[in-house]
Amino acid sequence: MATAILEVRSLSVDYLTSRGVARAVADVSFDIGKGEFLGIVGESGCGKSTLLFAIAQLLSPPAEVASGTVLFKGLNMVRMSEKEVRAMRWRDYSVVMQSAMNALNPVTTVGAQFADAMRAHGHRNKANIRERSREVLSLVGIDAVHLKSFTHQLSGGMRQRVMIAMALLFSPELILMDEPTSALDVVAQRSLMMQVKDLQRRLGFAVIFVTHDMSLVSNFSDHVMVMYAGAVVEFGVTRQIFDEGRHPYTQGLLEAYPSVYGTKLHLEGIPGSPPDILDLPAGCYFHPRCQKVMPRCAITRPELYAVDGEHVRCFLYETTEGACARD
Amino acid sequence: MREIETSGAGESNGSPLLETRALTRHFRIGGLRGQTLHAVDDVDLVVHEREIVAVVGESGSGKSTIVRLLAKVYPPTRGDVLFQGRLLREIRSRRDILAYRGNVPMVFQDPYGSINPVHIIGYTLLRGLKLHQPSLSREAREREAVRALEEVGLVPGVQMMAKYPFEMSGGQRQRVGFAQALSYKPKLVLADEPVSMLDVSIRIGLLNLMVRLRSAGISFLYITHDIASARYISDRIYVMYAGQVVEHGSTDDVLHHPVHPYTSLLLSAVPDPRVPISVAATDIGEPPRVVDPKDGCRFRWRCPMAVETCSYVTPKLEPMSAGHDAACHVMSRLPLPSYQATLRSSRQAPPSRGKGKSNR
Repeated sequence: MATAILEVRSLSVDYLTSRGVARAVADVSFDIGKGEFLGIVGESGCGKSTLLFAIAQLLSPPAEVASGTVLFKGLNMVRMSEKEVRAMRWRDYSVVMQSAMNALNPVTTVGAQFADAMRAHGHRNKANIRERSREVLSLVGIDAVHLKSFTHQLSGGMRQRVMIAMALLFSPELILMDEPTSALDVVAQRSLMMQVKDLQRRLGFAVIFVTHDMSLVSNFSDHVMVMYAGAVVEFGVTRQIFDEGRHPYTQGLLEAYPSVYGTKLHLEGIPGSPPDILDLPAGCYFHPRCQKVMPRCAITRPELYAVDGEHVRCFLYETTEGACARD
Repeated sequence: MREIETSGAGESNGSPLLETRALTRHFRIGGLRGQTLHAVDDVDLVVHEREIVAVVGESGSGKSTIVRLLAKVYPPTRGDVLFQGRLLREIRSRRDILAYRGNVPMVFQDPYGSINPVHIIGYTLLRGLKLHQPSLSREAREREAVRALEEVGLVPGVQMMAKYPFEMSGGQRQRVGFAQALSYKPKLVLADEPVSMLDVSIRIGLLNLMVRLRSAGISFLYITHDIASARYISDRIYVMYAGQVVEHGSTDDVLHHPVHPYTSLLLSAVPDPRVPISVAATDIGEPPRVVDPKDGCRFRWRCPMAVETCSYVTPKLEPMSAGHDAACHVMSRLPLPSYQATLRSSRQAPPSRGKGKSNR
């Protein structure tokens, strides 16, 4: 891996609830290099969005980072004050939220929101602000007249594009995306993904893309991380994971998608449902639903094992040297 | 309506279970200017017994409006719906309407919003049964509710009856939605995006449930934007665009030999890890707003093959092959062999990767 711009080390996030402490993200580590595209996939409640928010320093109570570090451009963001993070947020990294309708301000125009973000980072010159706003809108293929539009005048796909344009205002090195396409139709979704990929190639930013739809990132991401109940269960090169997913959960997820091509096969999905993170099963969190469960899975929790360049949290791939260093 | 039954599951002897004739629904918008939004225009839809019929299309294509028209949420602007040969608009008395809704219940998209959170599941089920199956005794209603719960895989049913919705997962709640519909012993279930809110690992279980219920004699109208799941369970498929049916036929026919350019576009946009990404999609997927439409094909602005005629004449559904219709000037004008050749050359061959999971 080339020089990493973001290094996440043993990051854990807790939710302090009335029923106890829920560990939503457990001991997650990874690096992301310049211009890299990382897909984080998992079902609802697996901690993927919490992880993204923890990286962006956007957690609010009852969630808090319990341990670990997030090194972005050499600075530990977990330890930084809100004021210091604010200076970096949007300038060095930006976030695209799931629902653009809720993330954008409904009572001001698109242009006013762009200007607001720029003023917050010390840009005062109106002409410059207008110029840059037009530039980023044209990057995502929206006519500059829409700077005068309100969000309700835009379609769902355009709103998401506006969000992405806004995230590009300062040409950040990292863009965090939390299911930006889940409210869109397939055609709009495909088109948005193509555009993100194209912009990434041209502008060279890195992307962390959180989604529940595994097939969505299959053609776009360099690496894929599969999460289950707050923990990483598989992490590796995208093509490798889709061709030969190793963890039984990954295999189950891949099996759960009917295809529009080829012969129609009967699919089974994964029996049961994801666990309650306040009441996790002993041993491997996935063992109650696992097709390949072994007696020890119910007792001991597997580490991440290195297999053939990827990392898998399953005893089937236990290596003699034990748990691997994560990179 | 040309209707040649090609799917194996539909056992159509005589009249269809449900039929719509030129079903149309317009909504007036824009106050003084009096504009009209054409949500559904001239839809002829047929559902036979023991058949899963899928209606696919993007948001705003009118697919949910069709369901609401069939559920008598509002009346059609024009056109008719026939259920078992009986005109829907003639079903007027409260008793008849309740009986119809018992025969044709609905399963909603959002299992978190469609079940009353302050009552136990048992209350919800029994209340529905009391309305739709008034002849049953109290004990019979309870038996029926437990049977329905167990039929959808919520076992033991008696314990499930005492649960509150918040004690259940999303998948379980959606099963309650299905159980509620099933407890009325329905003929046809209107399923409006029943799995789109659920996690991937749970979705397929519910789709399999629908297939199982079809063999038990229940038909489904399956509304979805997910073509892959439509292919997985449905016998026939209607592709909708901007309120009109643009292509219809047996699911295998339509998805393997799509005729309408919109169907091809939808198919090419489905994310699939087993298929490398096709040509750069220039279509940005803007759904049309059908306000006071003029004549002409509603897809022409996005269509790569549009010719002049498309701007003036609204294409009608024409038979392409047995039981396979499409509404497209360009494709229907070509004689059959050559349009198939055009298709073959314009679409990438679905590759079959040799190994492991990709081989399906």
